[in-house]
Amino acid sequence: MKKLTPFIEWGTLLFCTGTVCFYLFVILFDLISKGAPSISWEFISTQPRAGMTMGGILPAITGTVLLTIITAIVSVPFGISCAIYLNEYAVDSWLTRIIRACIRNLSGVPSIIYGLFGLALFVQGLHMGTSLVSAGFTLGLLSLPYIITTTEEALRRIPASTREAALAVGATQFESIRDVVIPAALPGILTGVVLTLSRAAGETAPIMFTGVAFYINSPAGNINQEFMSLPYHLYMLATQHQSIDVVRPLAYGTALVLIMVVFILNLTAFYIRYKHSKNDR
Amino acid sequence: MTDEFIKLSAQSVNLWFGSKQVLKNINIDFPQNQVTALIGPSGCGKSTLLRSFNRMHDLLPDVKIEGKLMLDQQDLYEKNISVTQLRRRVGMVFQKANPFPKSIYENINYGLKINDIPKGDRDQIIEKALKESYIWDEVKDELQKPATRLSGGQQQRLCIARTVALRPEVILMDEPCSALDPLSTLKIEELITKLKKDYTIIIVTHNMQQAQRVADKTVFMYLGEVIEMGDTQEIFNNPTNELTGNYVKGRFG
Repeated sequence: MKKLTPFIEWGTLLFCTGTVCFYLFVILFDLISKGAPSISWEFISTQPRAGMTMGGILPAITGTVLLTIITAIVSVPFGISCAIYLNEYAVDSWLTRIIRACIRNLSGVPSIIYGLFGLALFVQGLHMGTSLVSAGFTLGLLSLPYIITTTEEALRRIPASTREAALAVGATQFESIRDVVIPAALPGILTGVVLTLSRAAGETAPIMFTGVAFYINSPAGNINQEFMSLPYHLYMLATQHQSIDVVRPLAYGTALVLIMVVFILNLTAFYIRYKHSKNDR
Repeated sequence: MTDEFIKLSAQSVNLWFGSKQVLKNINIDFPQNQVTALIGPSGCGKSTLLRSFNRMHDLLPDVKIEGKLMLDQQDLYEKNISVTQLRRRVGMVFQKANPFPKSIYENINYGLKINDIPKGDRDQIIEKALKESYIWDEVKDELQKPATRLSGGQQQRLCIARTVALRPEVILMDEPCSALDPLSTLKIEELITKLKKDYTIIIVTHNMQQAQRVADKTVFMYLGEVIEMGDTQEIFNNPTNELTGNYVKGRFG
């Protein structure tokens, strides 16, 4: 029996790993095999035609890209600054501990709640209407806690001795953060930012109330108008279209494009980390 | 000690972390161009004392300091003293080598840059500092290499170079060799002996042999108090206090 135990332990772990990989493989295989035939230059470069049954998804792609950019503009500067303040300047008191706990909890709030909040605050409260900018602000709020948390983690990994080294040669606290701490933490910060944005790009619930539309007649661009986006387009094609069977290949194509957008963002994060680890060791 | 110029001194210094008193009524004079070793068991306050000379405690909450810490008869904690200026005059080398995660060149250049030393002079200063720290020959062909790729001993010598590049008046060393092999330690000790003629050096060390090799004066601390101080040879060979004798002979610590 003693001899068998390692094999049982090893076997259990291998089985779990295998199950996860298998399941990932099935999803990817299904998506690619059914989506790939729909992908063509026309599919990603033209407007939808004939009630979505033909043509491409260009407005949804540009909509998602613009939405992600607005999300980044809203969340990245605030999130990083907030994390720097919390980690570098704020003293450890009950107040900062409560603030930190609140931020952690915010990242657990379901995204539909953010959608309703965005509807109340941006769309109605601030009269921004259902628009690209309302949706971008809403996703920005959703992303903030993730960016703050990952940035704080990245800053915490920089040892105190590195900060002291800068202070000891006559740097002010701000200079030591700007010139030494941030550059050292940058790969970690950027990885967190990119992963957060790739998650935001795939969100549907928060933008449903705040600006996304099933169909618009132009390839998006005006931030005061409604827009199309990939995840919502997929949702509509898959469940709400009047002839679901006809548009099914287009739905798979859309899913594949969405996965590819997210995949490219993740690859960017991976590349940043790889480049850093090569420079460092 | 009467004819020596006192570069740095602690006068009736008491220091608290929160409610815990870490330094108790410390009175020490550090003579110019000499090496003074601070010895004592872990937790006796020697690093704390060292770090109060370049105000490294400033950013910690709950630190209270009483008494006077003087550099050239000027109180370091006076209101109108610029901390950044002070830290340029009182350099520090840390226990664990802590080069910036930048190139070797940039490690020294950074201090020059933030202290507004003209660009034209920097290359020359960097070369001189690296030569003074006996690391020039090892790194001269790869100044753009990340400093983190150097060996531990080389990193520590680079940190010393970074400190001397700013021409400080005092260099504080907090167990600079504790993480190094004997050969690297020897190199750093030689370096300390050579630096003595230009700088006043205070070194915290746990290594009794090292204190005897490099220090002119030795201060023995225990539980936040100075128990005994004087010429190194006196402290090690004829300690007046029993506690000192036991510590330097390795009976406790």
